[in-house]
Amino acid sequence: MPKLVSHPDEVKIVTKRFGMGAAAIDKYIELGGYEAAKKCLAEGPDWIINEMKASGLRGRGGAGFPTGMKWSFVPKQSAKPKYVLVNGDESEPGTCKDHLIFLHDPHSVIEGTIIAGLAIGAKTGFIYLRGEYRYLIEIMQRSVDDAYAKGFLGKGIFGSDTEFQVIVQSGAGAYEVGEESALMESLEGKRGVPRIKPPFPAVVGLYGGPTVINNAETIATVPHVITMGGAAYAAVGSERNGGTRLFGLSGHIERPGVYELPMGYNLKKMIYEVGGGVRGGRKLKAVVPGGSSTPVLLPEEIENLGMDFDQVGKAGSMLGSGGVVVIDDQTCIVEFALRTISFYQHESCGWCIPCREGTDWLKKSLTRFHAGFGEMKDIDNIQYLAQNMMGRTFCPLGDAAAMPTLGFVKKFRKEFEDHLNGKPCPFAKHAELAVV
Amino acid sequence: MSPETMSVFSPKLAARFDALVEKYPLRRSALVPMLLYAQDEVGYLSDAVIAEVAERIGINENDVRSVASYYSMLRFKPAGKFNVQVCTNISCMLRGGYDIFDKFSEELGVGHKGVTTDGVFSLEEVECIGACCWAPAIQVNYDFHDDLTPENVPGILAHYRKQVQDKEKDA
Amino acid sequence: MADVTFTVDGKKLTAPAGTLLIDACRKAGIEIPSFCYYPGLSLQAACRMCVVRQEKVPKLQTACTTTVAEGQVFITESDEIAQARKATLELLLGNHPLDCPVCDAGGECELQDMTFKYGAGESLYAEAKQHREEQQWSPAVFYDRPRCILCYRCVRMCGEGMDVWALAVENRGARAVIAPNQGDSLNCEQCGMCIDVCPVGALTSGTYRYKTRPWEMKHVSTVCTHCGDGCKVTLGVRSANDGAEIIRADNRDKSGINNDFLCAKGRFGFDFVESKDRLTTPMVRNAAGELKPATWTEALNAAAKKLKEVHAAKGGSAIGVLGSSQTTNEENYLLQKFARTVLTTNNIDHDRTADYTAFADALAGHKDKLASLRETETAPAILLIGGDPTNEHPLLAWNLRTNVRHHKARIYIVNHRGIKLERQAKAVQGVPPNGYKDLVTLLGSDTNELAKGIAQEETLLAVIGQELNGKALTDFVAWALKRGNVRFAYLGDHANSRGAADMGLLPDRLPGYIPVNEPGAFAAEYAGLPTKPGLTQAGMLASAEKGELAVLYAVGANPAGQSGFKPDALKNTFVIVQDLFLTETAALADVVLPAASLYEKTGTVTNTFGDLQLAHKAADHAGVKGDFEIVVRLAGAMGVDVKMLVPFGTSSLTADFGQSRGAQAGEADRHAVWLAAHNLEPKVSPFDPLAVLDEIERLVPGYELDRLNLLGGNDAPVHAALPDNFVPLEVLAAPEMPATIAPTHDTLFTSSVFGRYSKTLTELKEYQEGTLAETAAD
Ligand SMILES: Cc1cc2nc3c(=O)[nH]c(=O)nc-3n(C[C@H](O)[C@H](O)[C@H](O)COP(=O)(O)O)c2cc1C
Ligand code: SF4
Ligand code: FES
Repeated sequence: MPKLVSHPDEVKIVTKRFGMGAAAIDKYIELGGYEAAKKCLAEGPDWIINEMKASGLRGRGGAGFPTGMKWSFVPKQSAKPKYVLVNGDESEPGTCKDHLIFLHDPHSVIEGTIIAGLAIGAKTGFIYLRGEYRYLIEIMQRSVDDAYAKGFLGKGIFGSDTEFQVIVQSGAGAYEVGEESALMESLEGKRGVPRIKPPFPAVVGLYGGPTVINNAETIATVPHVITMGGAAYAAVGSERNGGTRLFGLSGHIERPGVYELPMGYNLKKMIYEVGGGVRGGRKLKAVVPGGSSTPVLLPEEIENLGMDFDQVGKAGSMLGSGGVVVIDDQTCIVEFALRTISFYQHESCGWCIPCREGTDWLKKSLTRFHAGFGEMKDIDNIQYLAQNMMGRTFCPLGDAAAMPTLGFVKKFRKEFEDHLNGKPCPFAKHAELAVV
Repeated sequence: MSPETMSVFSPKLAARFDALVEKYPLRRSALVPMLLYAQDEVGYLSDAVIAEVAERIGINENDVRSVASYYSMLRFKPAGKFNVQVCTNISCMLRGGYDIFDKFSEELGVGHKGVTTDGVFSLEEVECIGACCWAPAIQVNYDFHDDLTPENVPGILAHYRKQVQDKEKDA
Repeated sequence: MADVTFTVDGKKLTAPAGTLLIDACRKAGIEIPSFCYYPGLSLQAACRMCVVRQEKVPKLQTACTTTVAEGQVFITESDEIAQARKATLELLLGNHPLDCPVCDAGGECELQDMTFKYGAGESLYAEAKQHREEQQWSPAVFYDRPRCILCYRCVRMCGEGMDVWALAVENRGARAVIAPNQGDSLNCEQCGMCIDVCPVGALTSGTYRYKTRPWEMKHVSTVCTHCGDGCKVTLGVRSANDGAEIIRADNRDKSGINNDFLCAKGRFGFDFVESKDRLTTPMVRNAAGELKPATWTEALNAAAKKLKEVHAAKGGSAIGVLGSSQTTNEENYLLQKFARTVLTTNNIDHDRTADYTAFADALAGHKDKLASLRETETAPAILLIGGDPTNEHPLLAWNLRTNVRHHKARIYIVNHRGIKLERQAKAVQGVPPNGYKDLVTLLGSDTNELAKGIAQEETLLAVIGQELNGKALTDFVAWALKRGNVRFAYLGDHANSRGAADMGLLPDRLPGYIPVNEPGAFAAEYAGLPTKPGLTQAGMLASAEKGELAVLYAVGANPAGQSGFKPDALKNTFVIVQDLFLTETAALADVVLPAASLYEKTGTVTNTFGDLQLAHKAADHAGVKGDFEIVVRLAGAMGVDVKMLVPFGTSSLTADFGQSRGAQAGEADRHAVWLAAHNLEPKVSPFDPLAVLDEIERLVPGYELDRLNLLGGNDAPVHAALPDNFVPLEVLAAPEMPATIAPTHDTLFTSSVFGRYSKTLTELKEYQEGTLAETAAD
């Protein structure tokens, strides 16, 4: 069972019921659950969307798109049924926050889904979890069954004549399926290859109907936004970045875990105070701020860095999925880069040439390089490859592979050069990585 | 699927599949979970499984194969009864994921994608399993084990071995 | 959609709003490279070769998915774009085996062309390329994974285009491969369309591989000889010691009636031409009763002598002539003219596969009711009665599927069996095998779903299968005409079934279905034309049995091969056969004359829809002659003034007799017709089939040709049986014995006599039957 952690700086909104047995529906109700959904049922779509807009909540899946705005793009009238799709594919290395939500507060996801459905006029919501989360899928399914039994889901929810159904879906191992359009493909029983955009999901999505797709954390936050009021939620965070978010501290950190901190919280503080500093009192070498696809930051770059979408973006990286991976000074960056790129090589769907071939060549080059058979020109070559993937792939996975690579080469060029001429890497433990 | 047709699945699973395909706006939406549940029961996606799933969904077998081969949890060859999946992705790697992998490899005498001769265990190096903050982590089939050190490895293996032995005793 | 104006590379372009940028550019002559984009198939945006810069958009955009709108500004060539394309090519070439010198696609490879253009020749990688053995998926299809660039054209062509879905992508990422539907082999229609669309040499053809280099072939576009659809086909020809050999068939320039489509027969079924069983020398039966090789002169003289004797002694009624639905219009026209004017007999018929006569009669008095094959791709509503287009008219089936995909056409099917096109149909109505006679009642019903659907259609294209003939056909046409806003197509087999009927290979009809007893303009031109209807094929055989028919002249006809033929029906008849193979009839013959196939001669053919196309001589086979030349020579041997038959030259007989032209006959013929059309003195030889085109055009109603279009390699619709020139039914005198109509029901891998002698088709047929058996056994 994953360990729960806490820290005085935390502002517990989404995590406030964690560890309280809220997976049981009666407990959830006792703790005020499903009141937000009832309120939304009474207030209607425009009110909901206004609250969401006021909250400044930005998508927690990675891109940080304002949730209220996303919902408002869905056409009011539609010949085809509309859908809500909750993205619980959580596969970005460094990220395990949705894991805890499904485990400790599954009903918040269901309640958020109902509210999203009410906001856009959908009658069906899908909650898609990665296949590896089988025990969480079972928890979610049980919770959905309980909500049906209470009349919170079904033909007439909460005694109204509004219908809302929820289906829990399992994936089967594919990072790319986290991309919203690939997620819809997977849910339609196909290969997880992304779709051409436009049309965007809000207009043509699942089964051709208008669809809102949100990350599980985003959805779990929704009932709290409604309960607190949009403005109150917004006030917790930083400018243009409403509320809190679940940051996952992992890697060489003393007290790893998922912490709920206000948006804009200082990264250095997060590592040294909340997380207790680098493990074993070692020196910080670098930090990946938002999941493996975000470019690394050097210690000097995090001094005054507030963790919100805009500030991290300005610092040349991304807030991404909130997975903060701490790297100490005993780590081989080439190995780290190689392990990062092997992941994207393994997960590239293969649809487009720059990503399929680019990740493959990057992995091959880095493997050889790391094994000590590199040449000076390989460093430029790796950079050239990554540069030529950037912005040219069909979906952002190509960028997700290229961006961190560029970061590693740019910021640690010296370390790459040190691997030349058959010099053994002082830190590396594994010359070859097996995942294929 | 009509009741008199022979199914490769247990009656319980077959009944579950009968319901599953009706759940969605499109039958096909049942495909990915169906393949996974079928694999859970049969062990892998045999030709017979593919054929029956194709028929249940109403699509071609090569279509099923095409979809199935996309997802990394789905396999076309049997694995061990307990499939040990060691995450070596960044967060786990930084906290000794490879040491865990090596320990399993040593204990089981197999490498990546290897199956022990008794068929009880198989070993696999996998991508991030969503347990980064409790690294290093592994999954044995669907069970998570986290915050591991190599010292934990023999105990984990013993735990599963015992399950097999208990079952054999019952039988 | 309304037109919009946008700017590409500084040029203002106009196109309907929503047009794909790549199409708009290509139309304007701005070439945008692409691998995955293939017109007509679903969009992929996967190869990223077509990237362009759009003003005010941060990332490069793919031209294959960008739709044009008013005021947009694009750049399609710049350093940035060239670099993006070059980088993509470098990535591909990293793994691509550079085996261009031995690759079938070398010289015709889109990857090669683009590498040349963007200069991505240098290898950036030190890693070894992945090697994988080539796989044979079927006798027709081979796959070389390392060459594959995963553009998914083949997958879409097979699925969306052919509705076969035999190819799919397996695995993910760099391990992705194209996989066939039976593990390591293909169970499909073997159309080879996947090979055709493959931009590189990943999919290659079992019949063509390693045979030659593309630039060593001459490419001749002609018309496929197999079914009644008449696809345009480009034959790749190489000279061989016994003539010119065909090594490949495709439709590489995507022009013509079939655009890029060809079926297995069109693509692989040309090899009967090279069969070792081809007749290459004339034969005459000797006193001992054995067929022995003879010279052309001996054989022609033997035939001519007999014809003359019998004609002198018994008159034309003792002679019968059978033509073919696989010979050209000019040959058919000449043959009936020879029969009617030289042999003075109306005993002429052919192997009828559909009741075109009844069809023409039913339409008498109605203008512009015949649909071209092209219309089947655009008509909003189609009623398909009988027939099985997928197997018997593959191009028609392709058009119908395309129509449904692109224009959401509504297809209504009435059939006595299940056919594959039902998958595209809006409504399907089954009938008993003999139920077509009640069709009109069915269509008139106001409870039947299909009938109700049709009633709501504004326009209707009726495609009629061979199940309908005689009265059932006439009744249906009458019903449909009354309904209004309808056009028709009638399905028959073979490359020139329709042409054979149009050209009057009929005992009661002259060309254009003009009754022989009311010959009109023909009366003046055809000296000695008998006006009593002659014998049908069945009539001739009956007459021969009775000992009345003394000579049977069969041109490409094989009555002895038909079911119901009595073994000694021709015992007392002198039989002259002109054919490619020693058919059952040829084996009985007294004189056998080796004839050329459609691929070895020039002439026009009319497909079953009435689209006229020009077939060009592509190959050559030592020893054989075209049917046209043989008829002329036979007439010559009989002492006939051939100028009466073939209006060639103007003043003298010193014309070029064709010796100087060799394999280039088509060129010379074309030139001659061009001269004629411009009132210049034509120097056409009597053996030049196109020399009778003028006469056909002049005398045959409906064959007022758009000659420039035709000679330019396009298809031109004909309107045979035009009402204006048509004679009311009452004046018709019918032959005594009714004609037999025998559809061949050829499949995708059979083609009457030719199919038997095509090694590839036989192999594909056996392969598919084996595959099916295997599947069933599982
Ligand atoms: C390759 C790729 C993988 C992604 N994986 C996930 C994921 O696992 N979970 C997730 O919520 N969003 C993921 N996303 C982002 C989604 O596409 C989408 O933006 C998000 O689910 C929208 O929800 P939000 O607005 O609430 O963030 C991924 C995006 C890409 C390009
Ligand atoms: S960038 Fe291309 S290959 Fe990579 S995951 Fe996206 S679509 Fe697939
Ligand atoms: S042609 Fe546009 S991406 Fe391939």
